[in-house]
Amino acid sequence: MLDKTVGDDELANDVVELRGVFKSIHDHEILHDIHLKVNEGEFLTLLGPSGCGKTTLLRLISGFDEPTQGQIFIDQQCVNGLSPHQRHVHTVFQSYALFPHMSVFENVAFGLRCQKVVNAEIHSRVTDILKMVKLEKYIDRKPNQLSGGQQQRVAIARAAVNRPRVLLLDEPLSSLDYRLRKTMQIELKQLQRRLGITFIFVTHDQEEALSMSDRVVVMEEGYIEQIGTPRQVYEEPQSLNVAKFIGEANIFDGEVLEISNEKQVVIHILGKKRTTKTSRFCVAGEKISVLVRPEDVRVWNQHEVDDTKEMFAGTVEEVIYKGTTVDLIVRLSNNTLISSTEFFDEDDDRLEYKIGEQVWVNWAPGWEVILPHET
Amino acid sequence: MKPDQHFKYTSLSLIFTWFFLFALLPFCLIVTASFLSQSESHLINTPLTFDNYKALNHFIYLRIFEKSFVIAGITTLCCLLLGYPFAYIIARHQGRFKNLLLLLIIIPFWTSSLIRSYALIAMIKAKGILNSVLILLGIIHQPLPILFTNTAVMIGLVYNLLPFMILPIMTNVERLDNRLIDAAHDLGANKITTFRKIIIPLTAPGMIAGSILVFLPAMTLFYIPDILGGAKSILLGNLIQNQFLIAENWPMGAAVSTVLTIILALFIGIYALATRGGKRRVWL
Repeated sequence: MLDKTVGDDELANDVVELRGVFKSIHDHEILHDIHLKVNEGEFLTLLGPSGCGKTTLLRLISGFDEPTQGQIFIDQQCVNGLSPHQRHVHTVFQSYALFPHMSVFENVAFGLRCQKVVNAEIHSRVTDILKMVKLEKYIDRKPNQLSGGQQQRVAIARAAVNRPRVLLLDEPLSSLDYRLRKTMQIELKQLQRRLGITFIFVTHDQEEALSMSDRVVVMEEGYIEQIGTPRQVYEEPQSLNVAKFIGEANIFDGEVLEISNEKQVVIHILGKKRTTKTSRFCVAGEKISVLVRPEDVRVWNQHEVDDTKEMFAGTVEEVIYKGTTVDLIVRLSNNTLISSTEFFDEDDDRLEYKIGEQVWVNWAPGWEVILPHET
Repeated sequence: MKPDQHFKYTSLSLIFTWFFLFALLPFCLIVTASFLSQSESHLINTPLTFDNYKALNHFIYLRIFEKSFVIAGITTLCCLLLGYPFAYIIARHQGRFKNLLLLLIIIPFWTSSLIRSYALIAMIKAKGILNSVLILLGIIHQPLPILFTNTAVMIGLVYNLLPFMILPIMTNVERLDNRLIDAAHDLGANKITTFRKIIIPLTAPGMIAGSILVFLPAMTLFYIPDILGGAKSILLGNLIQNQFLIAENWPMGAAVSTVLTIILALFIGIYALATRGGKRRVWL
């Protein structure tokens, strides 16, 4: 499945291109027909659950693995068969893989020494990059004398100092604690802007992917499910997998009743008729899945509403207080569960629900997303 | 006291008692003996004297020391050059033959090394297997005179001590993080650079541990020079054995032993100092 944003009409400014790439290991297919173009200077994230093939994809680009079928281009040059040290891409490993017997300076200088860069230039480039990652004070330390976040920055500096065309990052934040991870997300994004290097970032953390990327590639079991901006993959997911993987989701079975015009359809959902918009091509009578994000679901108290024609009756099953929000799980009259995230604001500071309370649930018409039916 | 602590203290005190009774105490006795005089009737006798050490400062003894060092050194080097690739290949071998390969190294140890040394005679003597094969292949026309030379001693030492080099290096290479090698390749290092700058420095502790394990016995294994080197090959091990058993000069033998122990302790001390900063763990 290919997104429209990766059309053939685009200018040839892609640094990496994968054409029909397959990868199998011991007859087990890990990647299936991957087509992907990475634009110059963008922050691209490969997002998917573990085992979806995202790390394998990274290893194909870096040259540690060869595709079973298909071609990989870096700067419009086919790199199939070239070993990692011959490709102008560098990897920041999940474990950082810093050389324990070398100082921070020597770690960062390693790539330049391999390229036989003269000493004076090595010194200035290493010092510059270490300043950029705020590690100039730790230049003589050994990796085991640094904290996790510092080691992480050395690993990035070590790869970035060689000015690669693409920097590949394999879940580099996953071993950091929550708070540090948040800080590093921002730092990494800023660093990418400053360096102007294309980043391909692998993660299974959807929040990380949404907050850092220019574009997100959502992968599932060796397939690319969707490529798009964070907003596109969140607001207009193209498949149930994408919808489920990115963010919280209420998913209901439904049916298309009639197509009123190009964009408007009438659907049958949870025993009610609703008119909604969709850019998807639908046929009357088609089975569909309907996605409603919890933050779009509104819960109303019995006496707050008069017109309940468009609303669904339910009982509060669970109330989860989260500080900035209150999450509710409501059991609808047909026994379906729906979750809702309510934000505190000045108009509605009540947000006090009791378990077992009778409520009305609805969402703004047209905010539901129609997806192909899958079971 | 918790049960596991109880176990800890019991086992530790057992080990220390063992070391005290069978290592420290005999060593103290040897050191004491080295300051005593030879006696026909009692083997050792008073008065205390430095004569044994003074006697060691004779060119014959110095020659033996020097020769032992050279032979042990060359043996260690040969073991390192032969053992490293061996250890590296076994350690990096992913398949099911790994245990088999390990077993093949260990199996010869089930036979006494004395017997294996005699077997070596059959291999390298003038009409032995080695010479026969080389003549048959037309590589040489005259049998090589290997037996009863220093070469034979070194062949015997390398053969007997090679596993002591292989095992620590192997353990070290197994612990080596593959991702470091990937990272080096990724940063543009070819195989030779990776080996030189990453693999060698990171397996240095294994190499040093192996070298110590080979060098120390190579200095003192007396029966191998005895069997393979003939009468003319006297190394430190033989010297000590001769002083104790043949010349019955226990104080002299004890003095040679003490000097040897001090020199070897110095070696280990230098190594310990050199690696203390790097927090490297040594396989010993």
